[in-house]
Amino acid sequence: MNYRIGIDVGGTNTDAIVLDSDRKVVASIKTPTQSHSGDGVAAAIDEVLAAAAIAPGEVRAAMLGTTHCTNAIVERRGLGRVGVLRLGGPATTAVPPFEGWPEDLRAAVAGPAFVIAGGNEFDGREISALDEAGVRAAAEAMRGKVDAVAVVGVFSPVADTHELRAAEIAAEVLGVPVSRSVEIGSIGLLERENATILNAALIRTLGDMAAGFERALAAHGIDADIYFGQNDGTLMRLEFALRYPVFTIGCGPTNSIRGASHLSGVSDALVVDIGGTTTDIGVLVGGFPRQSSRAAEIGGIRTNFRMPDVLSVGLGGGTIVRGHGRGGVGAGDAPIVLGPDSVGYRIATEALAFGGSTLTATDIAMAVGRLEIAGRAAPALDPELVAQADQAIRELVEEAIDQMKPSAAPVPIVLVGGGARVSPESLAGVSEVIRPEHAGAANAVGAALGDVAGQAEQVFSLRETSRQQAVELVRGDAIARAVEAGADPETVEVLTLEELPVAYMEDTVIVRARAAGRLG
Amino acid sequence: MKTAAHGSAPLQTITEADIDDIAIGAAVLGTGGGGDPHVGSLHAKRAIRLHGDVPVLRVDELDPEGLVVPVGMIGAPSVSIERIAGAEELGRALDLLEQGTGKRVAAIMPIEIGGGNSLIPIAAAAERGLPIVDGDAMGRAFPEAQMVTFHLAGYGPGATVLVDAQGNAVLSYPVNGAWSERLARVLTFEMGGSATMIDYAYPGAVARECAIPGTLTMAREIGGMLRSSELRDDERIGAMLDRLGGFRLFDGKVTEIERAVEGGFTRGRAALAGTGADRASQFELSFQNEMLLATRDGEVAAVTPDLIAVLDQATGHPITTETLRYGARVTVVAFPCHPQWRSERGIETAGPGYFGYDVPFTPVETLAARAAALVAPAVPVVPAGSTVSATLAARTEAGA
Repeated sequence: MNYRIGIDVGGTNTDAIVLDSDRKVVASIKTPTQSHSGDGVAAAIDEVLAAAAIAPGEVRAAMLGTTHCTNAIVERRGLGRVGVLRLGGPATTAVPPFEGWPEDLRAAVAGPAFVIAGGNEFDGREISALDEAGVRAAAEAMRGKVDAVAVVGVFSPVADTHELRAAEIAAEVLGVPVSRSVEIGSIGLLERENATILNAALIRTLGDMAAGFERALAAHGIDADIYFGQNDGTLMRLEFALRYPVFTIGCGPTNSIRGASHLSGVSDALVVDIGGTTTDIGVLVGGFPRQSSRAAEIGGIRTNFRMPDVLSVGLGGGTIVRGHGRGGVGAGDAPIVLGPDSVGYRIATEALAFGGSTLTATDIAMAVGRLEIAGRAAPALDPELVAQADQAIRELVEEAIDQMKPSAAPVPIVLVGGGARVSPESLAGVSEVIRPEHAGAANAVGAALGDVAGQAEQVFSLRETSRQQAVELVRGDAIARAVEAGADPETVEVLTLEELPVAYMEDTVIVRARAAGRLG
Repeated sequence: MKTAAHGSAPLQTITEADIDDIAIGAAVLGTGGGGDPHVGSLHAKRAIRLHGDVPVLRVDELDPEGLVVPVGMIGAPSVSIERIAGAEELGRALDLLEQGTGKRVAAIMPIEIGGGNSLIPIAAAAERGLPIVDGDAMGRAFPEAQMVTFHLAGYGPGATVLVDAQGNAVLSYPVNGAWSERLARVLTFEMGGSATMIDYAYPGAVARECAIPGTLTMAREIGGMLRSSELRDDERIGAMLDRLGGFRLFDGKVTEIERAVEGGFTRGRAALAGTGADRASQFELSFQNEMLLATRDGEVAAVTPDLIAVLDQATGHPITTETLRYGARVTVVAFPCHPQWRSERGIETAGPGYFGYDVPFTPVETLAARAAALVAPAVPVVPAGSTVSATLAARTEAGA
């Protein structure tokens, strides 16, 4: 039998699961996160192998979902120094690279930055011929000062030959990793440039993490292919992740949404993940998370990453319930107020049901009989208080669900997370509530699922290219990238195909496609 | 009601710290269009950091003889966020205008306060060490070059400059606003879809006659209220309406949204179902780049050229026509446009008929009063003891 291990390193817990070749869960475990280094997952691997009772030699693939890169940016820690070659002169000089970056992030990352003649117009014409001598001189000026280089060509999503050539020169002169913007982001120069710089800064960061993970696997006698989870809910091979570490950012909520889809067998639904403090609601479309239309800010700078669209509201198992003089402030006829604060991990000592003195959402769920906890009796509460609090919880959940629904039609929801029982069973606007097994480890399951995707985007003038040709070109690119990232060509399917008009420009469209397939 | 961090005193100097406030206020006045102000913000901040703060002139302080120059970007928003302007572009445009007219530029003015074009002139003023005028020629955002108050007063575009990053610089004298728009479109396309433009450069006397005064101050105030740490989220919209004499038209959520592209412009409509006090009502928004028509239960609630802004119900932050989507909880507000837009020529240029909506123009304060007489929930928020038109008239007198 072939197995795969999925590990999700979160801020509080590290979850690990073993899936069999039919992608059924064999075992799942949860341990406190001790360290963000690769060695920190060794304990989780020990435990889950024991729980699954399988031999290390049977594990053929190991998937890691990690917030390591996100934390490195947020904490400005362990980042590489990046030189920037922007190809766009004489345009774009009004706002040079690193403009608007927070001072501390700039101090941690910024190496020498140059705007060099080159780049393209929206229709593929050159802004200027590429100044190869300028690129070479800039690279020389970076010698000894940078760990990696970001190459960013204006309109490289339309034409990327300048980016390619400049990257070749930089690699030849400096011998350090080079990130090209066309491989990182879409139209929007500053956002794409920022994301490319972050990617370059994270190359060593992820490399160290991956080396630790490899060591941990080797120490257990596991000889498996290594994959990393990325923000769109798909996997990338280790070699790919080492080139595109920035794509691991945001994989946490994505993994949980994907895992919920797999565990429930539903591919179009809302996923409602109720934890200790918050409820996170994401939208499953064709088995993948719906992505946000807003620009994502990471570490205080704008990027154009497409992050999963998640709504967080202050409701979890530990959410403090106030009103009627119980659980905190408020007395008599005061209306019920839910949170937004939570007793968090102290729930096992502070909630009424656990002998504490704080009224929490968990107590309400026990009082209405939705939740039973072994060895704990439901707290004795005023029935009217319970009814009102339960109603308040219902309204909060229904409101949040409605806000995320793609249309007014009723939708199924998949309820996961440690606090799932806090939510009522029947909800307005919901066609069906699904509570899958292993719901607590949905994130690790999501990390292990093993679909691999590729994305492509290009701008076309419909005066030169027919709509059909444009669509075919971009579809082909997306499929090729999915295969490059590790997908089995036999199983690759195009998931989304978007055609976006360009305001004020007749006959000009942006075509964007995403394809994904099973691990090859 | 707590007071916002910024007072209502007119702006005297624009510093780097003012830019984020102006940008978000300009997004509100952009009524859903006007483009993303992000690039313009960074450009303006950098220019101020390198060249110093920008002195602000009230419209009534302008020297009648001095040349007042509106400068901004024209073209496709998706190009302007990718092929950003060259550092020399604004200066080159001003140089060509000075050569062509034989006059020195005395002050810079925003042509349009809504969206990114509120910030480019601040960058230009900083780079040249010139003052900026606290006023503009729209008082909001509009999609076409002739939709400016100069045109309403019978002034043509005059010496018109288009400059690109390559160094191409074109000086033309279009015979009227419609020709200016037509020529600019062709040139801008060839210039790669985005260019720096100067038009309607006139002596201060004309700017004093035509400019809508106080709009930079207004943008900064709105932004200040939306970003203030002294106001709670649920106080922001009320504070803004109080200060500016606006109306809360509707609280609701988007239940349906349609978009179509026609001739390079996005046309669309959104249906909203009421929440809170508006629970029993239905609302509809029609937009083309900007929000143009709002109806409540089939009755017009506000219509262009009055300003219609869609705000996030929780934070008060503006939502653009591009990012509006199903499920969004919004508060729709409206502000009266400047009286110049309510003239016959104003309605002809940018009223409902021009945009293809078959409704007459009726001032938002009239519509609100009518709605208030019919049903209780449509509450006009007007400062005690004043009316909206009085507030605006006072502004006009102060400026003219």
